[in-house]
Amino acid sequence: MIGLSHYLIVSALIFSIGLMGVLRRRNLLMLFFATEVMLNAVNIAFAAFSHYYNDLTGQMFAFFLIAIAASEVAVGLGILIVLYKKYGSLDLDDLASMKG
Amino acid sequence: MYEIVAFYLFSALTIGLFLITVMSKNVLYAMTSLASGMVLISGFFFILGADFLGVVQLIVYVGAVMALYSFAMMFFDATRDIKERNTNPALVFLLGGLSALVLVLMFAAPIHSEAIQALYPMHEGVGNAQDVGIVLFTKYLIPFEVAAVMLLVAMIAGIILAGKKMDQSLTEDTSADDEILTQKDAK
Amino acid sequence: MMENLVYIALFAPFVSSMFSALFGMSPRQTFVGIVASTLLFISFAASATLAMHVYSTGVGIHVTMMDWISAGDLHIPFGFLVDQVSVTMMTVVTLVSTVVHIYSIGYMDHDKSFNRFFSYLSAFVFSMMILVMSDNFAGLFIGWEGVGVCSWLLIGFWYHKKDVSREENPSISPSWAANEAFIMNRIADLGMLVGLFIVYWNVGSLQYDVVFASLPELSGSVLNAAAIFLFIGAMGKSAQFPLHTWLTDAMEGPTPVSALIHAATMVTAGVFLVIRANPLFSMTPEVSYFIASLGTFVAFFAASMALVNRDLKRIIAFSTLSQLGYMFAAAGLGAYWIALFHLAAHAFFKALLFLGAGNVMHAMHDELDIFKMGGLKKVMKWTYIYMGLASLALAGIPFFAGFFSKDAIIETAWNEGTLILWFILVVTAGMTAFYSFRQVFLTFHGDERYKAFGIHPHEMYKFVLIAMSPLAFLAVVAGFGMGGFEHFVTKLLPEYHMSEHTHHIAWILGLVVLLFAVGGILLAYKKYDKGLKRDEKLENSFIYRLLANQYYIPQLYEGFITKPYAMLSEMMWTKVDMKIVDATVDGIAKLLYKSGDKTRKMQTGNLSNYLNWMAVGAVLLLVVAALSAMLG
Repeated sequence: MIGLSHYLIVSALIFSIGLMGVLRRRNLLMLFFATEVMLNAVNIAFAAFSHYYNDLTGQMFAFFLIAIAASEVAVGLGILIVLYKKYGSLDLDDLASMKG
Repeated sequence: MYEIVAFYLFSALTIGLFLITVMSKNVLYAMTSLASGMVLISGFFFILGADFLGVVQLIVYVGAVMALYSFAMMFFDATRDIKERNTNPALVFLLGGLSALVLVLMFAAPIHSEAIQALYPMHEGVGNAQDVGIVLFTKYLIPFEVAAVMLLVAMIAGIILAGKKMDQSLTEDTSADDEILTQKDAK
Repeated sequence: MMENLVYIALFAPFVSSMFSALFGMSPRQTFVGIVASTLLFISFAASATLAMHVYSTGVGIHVTMMDWISAGDLHIPFGFLVDQVSVTMMTVVTLVSTVVHIYSIGYMDHDKSFNRFFSYLSAFVFSMMILVMSDNFAGLFIGWEGVGVCSWLLIGFWYHKKDVSREENPSISPSWAANEAFIMNRIADLGMLVGLFIVYWNVGSLQYDVVFASLPELSGSVLNAAAIFLFIGAMGKSAQFPLHTWLTDAMEGPTPVSALIHAATMVTAGVFLVIRANPLFSMTPEVSYFIASLGTFVAFFAASMALVNRDLKRIIAFSTLSQLGYMFAAAGLGAYWIALFHLAAHAFFKALLFLGAGNVMHAMHDELDIFKMGGLKKVMKWTYIYMGLASLALAGIPFFAGFFSKDAIIETAWNEGTLILWFILVVTAGMTAFYSFRQVFLTFHGDERYKAFGIHPHEMYKFVLIAMSPLAFLAVVAGFGMGGFEHFVTKLLPEYHMSEHTHHIAWILGLVVLLFAVGGILLAYKKYDKGLKRDEKLENSFIYRLLANQYYIPQLYEGFITKPYAMLSEMMWTKVDMKIVDATVDGIAKLLYKSGDKTRKMQTGNLSNYLNWMAVGAVLLLVVAALSAMLG
């Protein structure tokens, strides 16, 4: 039988994959992809909790997460475009002007 | 039985696709695998009985968000590989692996208690969409409205950030109209 | 009414000090001196009125101004007690202070720090009044410290004079002498504080009446300890051996300072303490005997050094030291009222002596060497008369003030059966007469040696001479008040009568002393009346040089105490303070700075790096959460 733990483990694995992607990627756009992966993994976990406790709260959280992710993508891509126009490159190492 | 098969299939596919997303050097491959992974995740939602959520995932994520990413991908030459340098693979695998290990261990042990009570319990007999609608528009009304405002703000931000000649107003300022008219006359 | 008088007597000097301080940085203004002297005179009038009141009613006045410390069991008020003992001291102090203030208007008239001088002088009188009038040991200690500070300020009044070597000036410089005085007093104050702590620890209060009432309940060792430590404090203030070198070096200050502080008031604070705490000292006979012996020793010791000294003020300083020894001898032997009487009489004629010396110095343009003077009686008649009268009183010639008081002390020594002390005191009396008149003859009689140095002396201003006259009057007649004084003061102090046996032979004893005194005067007359005859062989003999160099004690202190301590301090400064303490503090600062510098490298500006750190933090938190969940 598939229990709550199974879904949570799957969610954890996907989250770690997303984390690895975040750490690994130097291109800003690819970084966004990895962030999307992480968000989705969390959504799985919420839905699993909602199913196994017969509580709608998890699904509500997942809804709002999706909304937030969507708006984040919109704004993030807008910034990405402006950055590209200004610096001509999307590589993180070229964008290190805040060096302390 | 179907559930078990579906679960393992979806899990394997999802993990594999997301690995491609994270590791690939080609933008097109990464994006494609991301979209596919999201479709499979909506499959997860359907298994878990969250029909409405699954449909929303398909429409919003796969439909809208991935479309947005596709437009962004137009910046790049899809045939060329992204050059990424000086990432320390050891560090990445260490951190990722460690977090995976810890999280899996945490979730594998049965540490969830039995005393949790449902805050908004599911109703028997009604469909999931109806149930979600009841809770969303009564108990979660304010977050709903706030999320709407947030989306509006994001939309405006996106327009302003990405648009050309955004410092001039097209409706109030008539100089643009004059410019267009003079251009027409010049022709 | 009486309470108001108490406050007036106490605070008039304070007002004078504050008033003069307003003009401290201005050039000299005569009215500052006049105002100061007037305020001091008001204080004297108040004290005299209080004295009359206490004399007529026989009861003291006790006022409590306000609570000072009230913490837990410790309760110390600002209280003032005007009884027979304190009113005697008050009258003496204010009278001498008034005369000295008026004198200073004339003496310091060429000094540019004129106003500052009066501020310090009045502040000193205020501290002394607090010391004398306080009704508890803590107030006494405040006054004690106050007079120490003012003494330091006044000795080092000419602080801009540079240090010179010991051969040129045994006191090196006014700043050095001031420091020496203050530090020696500090060392003694430590003993006094320990004594106060012992008293408080065992009694629970510092009020005189409470302490003296509970003395019979204390054990012998506690009483002895308290007495010894309080006396150590008295030793510092009254310059008993071995803390005596500061008194002669204090002559670096202006002469009015020497007259007021180092003759009449501050140095008698130690005697006052012993008299005030007489219940304690009566119960510790061994300590009292030690006090008497030390006093006798100091009397002889100081007189010996005065025999050969050439410095006008130093001779008088040694005689002060010697007479202080007499007072302690009397107090140690239990004759407290006699000690108090000698204190008062001594204040008058010693102050007169110092002021006269000041006149001489002023006339001789601050020349102090009596070998360079001589024959001044032709030019300075009144000063000669004053100093002659004061020296007669000091020598103990009959019917002058010193005769009655000193004789009473010597008789006490016989009466107590301490014949060795008696003998030493008698010999010292002879020496006192000798050196006093040696100084008078060398200064005023004989050939006029000063002419060779081109000095043109003249007498002091008339008003100064008039101001000195009350002192001269008292130096002559004060002795006759001894009977009345005894009657007055023994209402509070223990009575002391000579035994029958002593009474019978009293006239023989007096004759012996008189013989010594007159003998001393005649010897001085024979040697010095015709003028100075230098004797090379005598001046180079061992004894002469020993006495002239104060038994080499200052050099001993410098070699064995000052220099090692200075070396120790320097070592502690360079090795401990700079290398350890400063290094530690600097090290902590450097550590923080360096660690901040190194962590600054974390800010690469690279987003990927930041994400790395975020992941590290997140993983760490996860691990911690897991562990705590597992263990908890």
